[in-house]
Amino acid sequence: MTDHPTDSHTIERYEATGGYEQASRTIGMTRDELVEEIKTSGLLGRGGAAFSTGLKWSFLAPARPAYLVINGDESEPGTFKDRQLLERDPHQMLEGVIIAAVANEVHHAFIYIRGEYAKPARRIQAAVDAAYARGYLGAGIFGSGFDLEVVVHLGAGAYICGEETALINSLEGLRGEPRLKPPYFPAAKGLYMQPTIVNNVETVSNLPHILAMGAKSFTEVGHPLDTGTFMLSVSGHVKRPGNYEVPHGITWRDLIYEIGGGIPGDRELKAWIPGGASSPWFVPEIHLDDQITKDICAEAGSMLGSGAVIVMDDTTCMVRASERIVRFFAHESCGQCTPCREGTTWLEMILRRIEDGQGRAVDLDLLLDVSDNISVGLGWPPKMTTICPLGPSAVSPILALRDYFRGEVDSHVELGGCPLKPVEAHA
Amino acid sequence: MSQWSEATEERAREIISRYPQKRSAVMPLLYLAMAEAGHLTNEGMEEVARWVGITPAQVHAVASFYTMYKREPTGRYLISCCTSITCMLLGGDDILHAVEDESGVPHGETDAHGLLSVEHVECIGACGGAPAVQVNYELIEGVTPERARDLVRWLNGARPEVINGDEMQELFGGVRSFDWAIKEADGAVGPYPAFQPLGTVGSESDA
Repeated sequence: MTDHPTDSHTIERYEATGGYEQASRTIGMTRDELVEEIKTSGLLGRGGAAFSTGLKWSFLAPARPAYLVINGDESEPGTFKDRQLLERDPHQMLEGVIIAAVANEVHHAFIYIRGEYAKPARRIQAAVDAAYARGYLGAGIFGSGFDLEVVVHLGAGAYICGEETALINSLEGLRGEPRLKPPYFPAAKGLYMQPTIVNNVETVSNLPHILAMGAKSFTEVGHPLDTGTFMLSVSGHVKRPGNYEVPHGITWRDLIYEIGGGIPGDRELKAWIPGGASSPWFVPEIHLDDQITKDICAEAGSMLGSGAVIVMDDTTCMVRASERIVRFFAHESCGQCTPCREGTTWLEMILRRIEDGQGRAVDLDLLLDVSDNISVGLGWPPKMTTICPLGPSAVSPILALRDYFRGEVDSHVELGGCPLKPVEAHA
Repeated sequence: MSQWSEATEERAREIISRYPQKRSAVMPLLYLAMAEAGHLTNEGMEEVARWVGITPAQVHAVASFYTMYKREPTGRYLISCCTSITCMLLGGDDILHAVEDESGVPHGETDAHGLLSVEHVECIGACGGAPAVQVNYELIEGVTPERARDLVRWLNGARPEVINGDEMQELFGGVRSFDWAIKEADGAVGPYPAFQPLGTVGSESDA
């Protein structure tokens, strides 16, 4: 998905490499055929929840009109893969949009791009314009009787709109607050209370490839339970940060030391965040040789989430890193649910006072107590006291402090300050 | 009584026509209102309310939910410094301090001339090129504190008409998340994203 010539964003280049052939081919196919093909491929959603795309499609209620919404609200800290797919290969995603629309008998699709992604949004709009001009979008696409309108919708700075029901509210011109599920499963009661499919940018970017190579061949790539390649955004203390398209099943050691080039200055690896800021952390002593798949990650008490791997070396203060992640969730909480709205704010304040040297010996227990009010039992996957998973996500770094870095919290309290000086910006 | 230019009104009509329900046009229309007045004024929100047929209070409720709708006067150049986890790990806090110090504008504030606003923001999806900064939502990756100071001096001195991401990246940037490859000709002209929904084609015009 990421092999990009410099003009990969143009429709001419995309067509020269076989672009839109698969979308055009879907016109003659039935909904059942297409849903079955995607089910067979084993494709799991790449937005964070890793749910079967084919299954999701099959749940779409029969009422019409139905809508297709592409989630390009990529905002999970550490994640920048969709940005690359949108900027460098917008037609690949747009072909996926057409395939998904035909498969689900949808005539109106919305591409929701986060507000800070002005450039990716421009690229996608240009691609949409080019596809309209070619007759691949609009009335009677590819000369058929099938109409498809596509609207690019720009967000305005709210992480929570990446949650699919919040995104739908946002598209309806409301505050981006998540809806209760049930009853508001998008497949039954989504946009304008009509059946709606919400798929991530990377997910639909896979669709042309699945149709081109055949679902069976797609299952031969990657891990049997987690098929195909996927994008990992690797950042933090690695020599070669970037987006890497890898098959499921390589190990964390391969990723951090081979692909990522290891830790700058050959310092020690202290911990990494395996799937975006929402995911519980991993440490080298336990997890370095685990394979990177959804199931193995879940067994180890975390998730691959959005594929954002944030690497932290031994100069990193874990209290400070936790505070920064919790601050994010406190800022992005939509405010509907008390445990999240109040809990994330308190977690942030307690972590800040520990980092600033005002911590007390009981503060770790207090952090765990507040966390337990947001995510009862502090298990994984979290038991929710909230409408959406944002609140429980803020608890992930607290679990790392409890399980791996208790001593570091204690030494902050004993020293009355941070034992690790923050690093200077790189030159 | 409308206060919007004819071109803006035409665009508002086009945008509304693209959605199955008028209310869905609130967000793009709020951006139009910002572009008209430089920031989101009460009058702008009332205008949006009239266009989509809801109350000004309902529009206000939406506008206040999202960080990019600036309801206070905002500088011609909005400098957004990322201090989320990856940028923090690689010195993002130092970038923010350098920008604040060089501009004399603390985060969340605007200078006396209405030229520069400074804010710290959560993750802007540039972690492979951390630490990162945006000016009017155009990205610079791989910034250093010294380059951040240069950026502030450049904005104050050169006062570019259009904020172009490629130009800024070349002048002030370093390591990038990925190869950008494609040069862009234009860019942003105010503290709101340089994006026109609809582009040139609507469903009717390509028939």
